[in-house]
Amino acid sequence: MIRACLVALLSHWRRNPLQLFAFLAGLALATALWAGVQAINAEARASYDAAAATLGEGQFDQIVPKAGGSITQQDFVALRKAGWLVSPVIDGRHDGVRLLGFDPLSSPASFGVGQVAQTGNLAAFLDPGQLYSNAETAERLQTDIQIVIDPAIAPGIAVGDIGVVQHVLGRNDLTRLLLHPVQPMIRPALVDLVPGLRLQPANQTSDVGELTDSFHLNLTAFGLLSFAVGLFIVYSAIGLAFEQRRGLVRTLRALGVPLGFLVILMLIEILLLALLGAGLGIVLGYLIAAVLLPDVAITLRGLYGAEVAGTLEFRASWWASGLAIAVLGTLAAAGGRLWQIWQMPLLASARPRAWAMTSGRVQRVQSIAAIGLLMCAAAFLWGGSGLLAGFAVLGLFLIGAALALPVVVRPVLRYAEHAAKTPQYRWFWADTQQQLPGLSLALMALLLALSANIGVATMVSSFRLTFVDFLDQRLAPELYVEATDTAHAASIEETMAKLDVPVLPLLTIDIEVRTQPAQLFGVRVGPTYRDNWAFLDAETDAWDQVEAGAAVIANEQLARRAGLWVGDEISIAPGVSLPIGAVVADYGNPKGQVVIGETLFRQLHPDVTLQRFGLRTSEPQQLRDVLTNDLGVANSAIRDQSAIKAFSLQVFDRTFTVTAALNVLTLAVAGFAMLMSLLTLADLRVPQLAPVWALGLTRRKIGQLELLRAVVFAALACLFALPVGLGLAWVLLAVINVEAFGWRLPMFLFPADYVRLGIYAILAAVAAAAWPAWRLARTPPNALLKVFAHER
Amino acid sequence: MNVRALIFCVLWPFAAFAQGFAGLGSGADGFATPQPDPSFSFPADHGPHPNYRIEWWYLTANLQAADGTPYGLQWTLFRSALAPGDKEGWASPQIWFAHAAVTTPDMHFATERFARGGTGQAGVQAEPFRAWIDEWAMEGPDLNTLSLKAQGTEFGYEMTLAAEGPLVFHGQNGFSVKSAEGQASYYYSQPFYRIEGTLNLPEGPVEVTGSAWLDREWSSQPLSETQSGWDWFSLSFEGGEKLMGFQLRQQDGSGYTASTWIEADGGTTAYPDGAFRAEPVSLSAVAGRKVPTTWRVQLADKGVDVSVTAMNSNAWMPLTIPYWEGPVHITGSHSGVGYLEMTGYE
Amino acid sequence: MTDLAPVLQFKGVTKSFVNGSAAVPVLRGVDLSMDAGETVALTGESGSGKSTLLHIAGGLDTADEGTVHVAGHDLGPLSDSARAEVRRKDVAVVFQQFNLIPSLTVSDNIAFQARLAGRVDQDLIKRLSQRLGLTDHLGKYPETLSGGQQQRVAIARAIAARPKLLLADEPTGNLDEVTAAEVLDQLLQLVEETGAGLLLVTHSRAIAARMKRQLNLRQGRLA
Repeated sequence: MIRACLVALLSHWRRNPLQLFAFLAGLALATALWAGVQAINAEARASYDAAAATLGEGQFDQIVPKAGGSITQQDFVALRKAGWLVSPVIDGRHDGVRLLGFDPLSSPASFGVGQVAQTGNLAAFLDPGQLYSNAETAERLQTDIQIVIDPAIAPGIAVGDIGVVQHVLGRNDLTRLLLHPVQPMIRPALVDLVPGLRLQPANQTSDVGELTDSFHLNLTAFGLLSFAVGLFIVYSAIGLAFEQRRGLVRTLRALGVPLGFLVILMLIEILLLALLGAGLGIVLGYLIAAVLLPDVAITLRGLYGAEVAGTLEFRASWWASGLAIAVLGTLAAAGGRLWQIWQMPLLASARPRAWAMTSGRVQRVQSIAAIGLLMCAAAFLWGGSGLLAGFAVLGLFLIGAALALPVVVRPVLRYAEHAAKTPQYRWFWADTQQQLPGLSLALMALLLALSANIGVATMVSSFRLTFVDFLDQRLAPELYVEATDTAHAASIEETMAKLDVPVLPLLTIDIEVRTQPAQLFGVRVGPTYRDNWAFLDAETDAWDQVEAGAAVIANEQLARRAGLWVGDEISIAPGVSLPIGAVVADYGNPKGQVVIGETLFRQLHPDVTLQRFGLRTSEPQQLRDVLTNDLGVANSAIRDQSAIKAFSLQVFDRTFTVTAALNVLTLAVAGFAMLMSLLTLADLRVPQLAPVWALGLTRRKIGQLELLRAVVFAALACLFALPVGLGLAWVLLAVINVEAFGWRLPMFLFPADYVRLGIYAILAAVAAAAWPAWRLARTPPNALLKVFAHER
Repeated sequence: MNVRALIFCVLWPFAAFAQGFAGLGSGADGFATPQPDPSFSFPADHGPHPNYRIEWWYLTANLQAADGTPYGLQWTLFRSALAPGDKEGWASPQIWFAHAAVTTPDMHFATERFARGGTGQAGVQAEPFRAWIDEWAMEGPDLNTLSLKAQGTEFGYEMTLAAEGPLVFHGQNGFSVKSAEGQASYYYSQPFYRIEGTLNLPEGPVEVTGSAWLDREWSSQPLSETQSGWDWFSLSFEGGEKLMGFQLRQQDGSGYTASTWIEADGGTTAYPDGAFRAEPVSLSAVAGRKVPTTWRVQLADKGVDVSVTAMNSNAWMPLTIPYWEGPVHITGSHSGVGYLEMTGYE
Repeated sequence: MTDLAPVLQFKGVTKSFVNGSAAVPVLRGVDLSMDAGETVALTGESGSGKSTLLHIAGGLDTADEGTVHVAGHDLGPLSDSARAEVRRKDVAVVFQQFNLIPSLTVSDNIAFQARLAGRVDQDLIKRLSQRLGLTDHLGKYPETLSGGQQQRVAIARAIAARPKLLLADEPTGNLDEVTAAEVLDQLLQLVEETGAGLLLVTHSRAIAARMKRQLNLRQGRLA
């Protein structure tokens, strides 16, 4: 019995390959984007973890400078001689590679340098010295030091003895000190020994993770959204398949298949298909991730200095989660349908009459549900807080809107019927109304696909516009330069003044604002800032006030978190409170920032030395040569912002391309959903069309009207999708983003895109309707006559 | 990288020395080798000799609290050179490490430290005398008046020492032969310290007094290939005489011994191989191995025939290089206290 | 269980449907007994309860009162799945709408109920296909067949499962007269050969006249 029933159930898919394709493609797409994004995230996290293990970050408490800068070797020796078991680490960049120097004798960490221990050649490790790195990194390193290839070393990092790395970097200071987990009985207080240093507990040291979190959250949000869109497709495909198989279910039960058995069998069937679709999706996701990962890696390196391996591993963490979410999503989508099957009385007709008759009640329930969901969404929007509430708003709003569609469309059709001049069109509109219940699922799928398209496209385009502006604003200086010490900084400044190159000093220190950690920046107010910085809100003379030390600029994250806005006072140092003159957007940065004038900064923090500058030039390459050749700035101490900008935009456009591809696919699948619905209805419509035909409408005309109907439905769905899509975009930009990242993106409208999308949707609908309409137009007259021949 | 494994590699020369693994070419790597008939120059020779491969400042003390409870204490600074000579900063080939221990009748605490030379984290200077690693230090205006401190997670000590006798030179005026093949080291001692101070133990501070013995030794050519370990005794008898004796165990079961008899006034008699005899009497299970913790020690020439027993047989040093080191008490023809070091018991 | 027992027995069966707030009685105490091999026509006006009676006989619906025995099983106390088993093994239904499985081929459709019942007889299926003129259509899908052919497939499916009781609800209602007559002939012939009981619902007196016994359902009672 099992086999016979399973064969009967599965034969449906064999006979309806398009439906099967829609189901598998929808699920595969949904899973692919989700799994792909997760794969990228997993790879990045693994790289961060490897780096953290290499650096001893997160594992050990550290001693770091209070106010930027570095640690002297005297500090290290002083701490050791006072009984603090610390181990020195130097951290610098050379040829774009992060060089890490450590002391193998005092280090508490495992550094992954297996071969030193194996060969026991410590003497060679210390002098003349060796660097350990993976093969990829080794190729980037230009040095006379011997490089030992060790695949266990995190990407982009080379490890060596502290003395060797100091030599390569041309430095004699230390970046941080790792604290042994076990310390001796008696130690003097840290502040008495090294007042310029502070203890940083292990769990707060994963800077890279913190910095990149927002980036990964962004990716995850994209993945989740794509998954949701894919799931709608799956939902509609399942819905159609189940709807079409109501007759089959009835027949099977009439032939003696118990209901419970049948439901379990259908569950198994759906699970099998879900696994198949998810499996395809994971393969696809792997490909997507593999294609995107190198760019993501470049962006992460450019924006955050975080290294991510360029090659993808097939990690259980992401494929298992992809599989699980796909199967759960499918089950959720199928759950309602299975429940309907469970509830369906054995003798209920499988014919569309039942559909139509129950649809009155269904419609009432649907209206109430739609209103309820939308009210819940509003309630969450009004009263909820947190990311979860944001997603709740999103979900409730979308489902509510989809359910409301038929409810909204019906009065429109009714009005059109009343307004119609000819009986032919009066019939057309009446008939269209009658089609509504049968098509409402397909229409909802179309609506969701369109709304998601509009919403995601609006968000991505808004984000891109804003982001490009922001990059121009924030990365205005063409080059960033790091000086080795104050004297070096002074000589650079002097030379730049001679060359007439505007210098933008960057002074920074960590502070606390209303218990929120924040960075205080001292800037030299000038045209670069005045021209480029776009404020979210500002006093008219904000920059003048900042220059005069009478106001500060806060970034949006800080302002929102601390509940402050323009005009509010902010305490930036003990006893120093200044009003916020402007709030500036600061996308992609998880940290709060307060910007003050250079003069005030130097007064407040005379101990913070100036070592970083931005330089404005139209000839970055020439200036770079001057810096390296004449001023002795290491190549590694110069950052070329235009390159970073280009990298970021490149990755962004990749994401954009993926989103666009997804949009086309969702629309195509929504078209399939419509085709399926129309095909299903077409056969059942013969009895309804027969009287109209008999009354003198040609079959050709009937076919044309069928096409027109599809256009009407698609147009209505588009019209309705526009506000829903914009609502979706608004929730994404103004609710989810604020909750997730602390900043709100301005929303831009792209009417041309929406019109194009509308045309696509109508084309998709026409394409979907074409075949059923053609079939109707070709219905043999005797088939129409039969309707009259048999009493029904 | 397994740091412990790496450190073991760093300490390879010392480990080879202590555990009797040979194969380190004598003087072949550019290291200086000890020569007979040395003439020392003090205080300079209290300082380091970077051209020699290994060197140590090795202090042990037998202590007693006011209530009569006996304690033992160890403070040792080792120098192990990866290459002869010294350089500034991290480039220095000199590696320093140190062991500190306190033994009570039923507990034994031990800990170690590591440091690179060249940074100031560890080192020795001759005048004024200062030997240090991290916060551990043995220092004073000269070798006769010293303060001493060390600590671990569970214990620590702060002591003062005053020498009550002259330096004592072992072997041939400080040229101490270690094997029949002629491997040798420079070796002298200050065995006449009065010591007092505070032991910081988990149960609280304990005021103690007693006597201490400092060994200074440096060399580049440690044991011969056939030697598997050593047993080293520093014994102080109630009459004021002292006996230093060691036996280097051969893999074939035989041994090479040397010893110095020290009069109460510091006069010495050095004895060649065979004069000093030490035989295990009973073994104790310590840290998963059998270690002799009661010995019969004889020096027939001075009528010494004593039983030397560990105060706490569990005085195992579970460090990067593990060995046994602890206080002993002496009964038999003579009585007194002393220290015993045993290496190479695998 | 002996063959002498009736294949279908109704005793005092009542059934009413709820329409709004009022219960509309459809069957008001039906007594009926059918033996194996017997063919019975059930006639009555539209809404007289013919189909309801048939559904109760097939275990597709349940009686409000009274007892129903099918092939010796008292359907009353049986659970849904136990009734499904009776339906699978002892009863076959031929519907007016054919109720074939559109995604299975004709040959799979014919064998389907026999497979469910766990007694596939390939010889019988082959014979039935030949008898019903379906041999050329075995690989086709139902939607490509004419109504008469589809109903023949449905009949073949029912007979192939070797039911003790065959229920037919207007089996020729969707067919033109010529085809209907042919299909009815074939159905009666096959029923006679297999010895199953046939309860056939029809509103056609001509068709009813072909059965051994005619029952008329009027106002919820048999006459």
